Amino acid sequence: MNNIPTELKYTRTHEWVRQEADGTYTIGITDHAQHLLGDIVYVELPEIHRAAKAGAEISVVESVKAAADVYSPLSGEVVAINEKLNDEPQLINSSPYGEGWLFKLKVSDSSLNDLLDAKIYEEHIGSS
Amino acid sequence: MPFIPHTANDVQQMLAEIDSPSIESLFDEIPKNLRKELSTKIPEGLSELAVVKLMREYAEQDVSSLCFIGAGAYEHYIPAAVWDIVGRGEYMTAYTPYQAEASQGTLQLLYEYQTMMASLTGMDVSNASMYDGASALAEAVLMAVRANRQTKSRRILVPKTLHPYYREVISTIVTPQQIELVDLPYSFTEGNTPLESLNALGDTDIAALIIPQPNFFGILEEVDQLTDWAHRKGALVIAVVNPLALALFKEPGKWGETGADIVCGEAQPLGVPLASGGPYVGFMCCKEAYVRQMPGRIVGKTVDLDGKPGFALTLQAREQHIRRSKATSNICTNQGLLVTAVTIYLSLMGAEGLRQVAINCHENTRKLFNKITKIPGILPVFNRPYFHEILVRTEKKAADILLALSRLGIEGGYATSVHYPELGECLLICATETKSERDLEVFCEAVKRCYISENSCASV
Repeated sequence: MNNIPTELKYTRTHEWVRQEADGTYTIGITDHAQHLLGDIVYVELPEIHRAAKAGAEISVVESVKAAADVYSPLSGEVVAINEKLNDEPQLINSSPYGEGWLFKLKVSDSSLNDLLDAKIYEEHIGSS
Repeated sequence: MPFIPHTANDVQQMLAEIDSPSIESLFDEIPKNLRKELSTKIPEGLSELAVVKLMREYAEQDVSSLCFIGAGAYEHYIPAAVWDIVGRGEYMTAYTPYQAEASQGTLQLLYEYQTMMASLTGMDVSNASMYDGASALAEAVLMAVRANRQTKSRRILVPKTLHPYYREVISTIVTPQQIELVDLPYSFTEGNTPLESLNALGDTDIAALIIPQPNFFGILEEVDQLTDWAHRKGALVIAVVNPLALALFKEPGKWGETGADIVCGEAQPLGVPLASGGPYVGFMCCKEAYVRQMPGRIVGKTVDLDGKPGFALTLQAREQHIRRSKATSNICTNQGLLVTAVTIYLSLMGAEGLRQVAINCHENTRKLFNKITKIPGILPVFNRPYFHEILVRTEKKAADILLALSRLGIEGGYATSVHYPELGECLLICATETKSERDLEVFCEAVKRCYISENSCASV
């Protein structure tokens, strides 16, 4: 069964978003996405301070069988990246919502409303 | 696999199906003035006997000459074993196989090639080769722009001491991708790229600096200074090197404080015959940090389920059959047969053999330099250390001298004025290890005769 935590927001392109207490947003790829990709071997993370645009490519996750673009769910500025992934990209497989997060954004004008909740995301992947 | 062409009947049926009167009519949308009637000019087939006769006639037009032309392609002695081994049936498929891992022998050879090239260049990684030196450099430029995350600049510094053909090829390939190539001037007295020409650029953002070593004039560039300058500016360093020269000179991995980032060049000097200009083989190596931006195939060593060593293509997510339009390059192959020759050549020569060849090349060129510049009317152009090629200024027209020499069975060098008119009439001359004292003597005597002759050189 797919693991889709209800407290997170999602995109149709399989990213998740979590609003943190400090006002930043953490982004990663879903359990469903890591499962489809298989063993992750490399992650190309964005540079810190880079501007992110909602819907635009911001990172690449590479598995043994595919390279997938990650699209930024929100517009803002990259304020942190998960450097642990440089040495242990497999954290995305083992803990997609935890240690396998990709980057954090500082968002000026949050448009969280455009994102999907867990239920709609589950329907989305069920139908695709 | 049998090849069965369409019968006239098949063709008629297919044309009827799509309602076209003739095959010719399928090309109607191409304007008439752009079309060439090639199909009518293909001669009738010949018998085997007739083909052999024809080919012999062609072969006889090849005259063996005493060759002093370098300019990017170099005549070296190739041990007989090299092409004898390359010619074995097992090596004759000149392509990375589609089911790569089924061909462990091919992969092992490529792995050994990569290991030797990485060691020669002082880099962490080598790919399984590129088409030739110039296109390898174009790929290196594209790679540098992708890989340099310190800047968004798409500006590349290109010394005018880089081979003029390489400059044309990279311009053709990278300019349409909005990459800007900026020429760097050279010193008319030293023949190298002075640091001052870089400092003159001020605060311009740069993606990469290309450093040729030795450069087109055969001159050694100040690679350490140039490398450190580029790195201080946040630019990557692309080294374009003669791999044979690396047996003598500092490998690019040790240039400056942190070494060049990408190394590429033409591997023809390592066991590939001149063959009237090709096919040749390019190489490319880089630091590990940039391996995912590297184009081409890479063979890795691994173990199978039983723990036995084996070879596999690796990092294929960079390649177009997986990454599609975002692949690092559309190169999805390598120069299989020539890589085989290079690998066998390097294995046979060994580190010491290669070094000896490089030393002999330099010594021969130095002897030639000393002899030829004693001829009145032949002057040295640059005053700096060189490897195995020298530029001399000629009082007579260089092209005339070459024509006169070719009548004597000597290919006397490369006339550079078409690329470097500012230097006047000049000849670029190379003497590799293949030249004996007597060859140098014959060459200089012929040049002298050409000068003594009252008439123009062309009538010698």
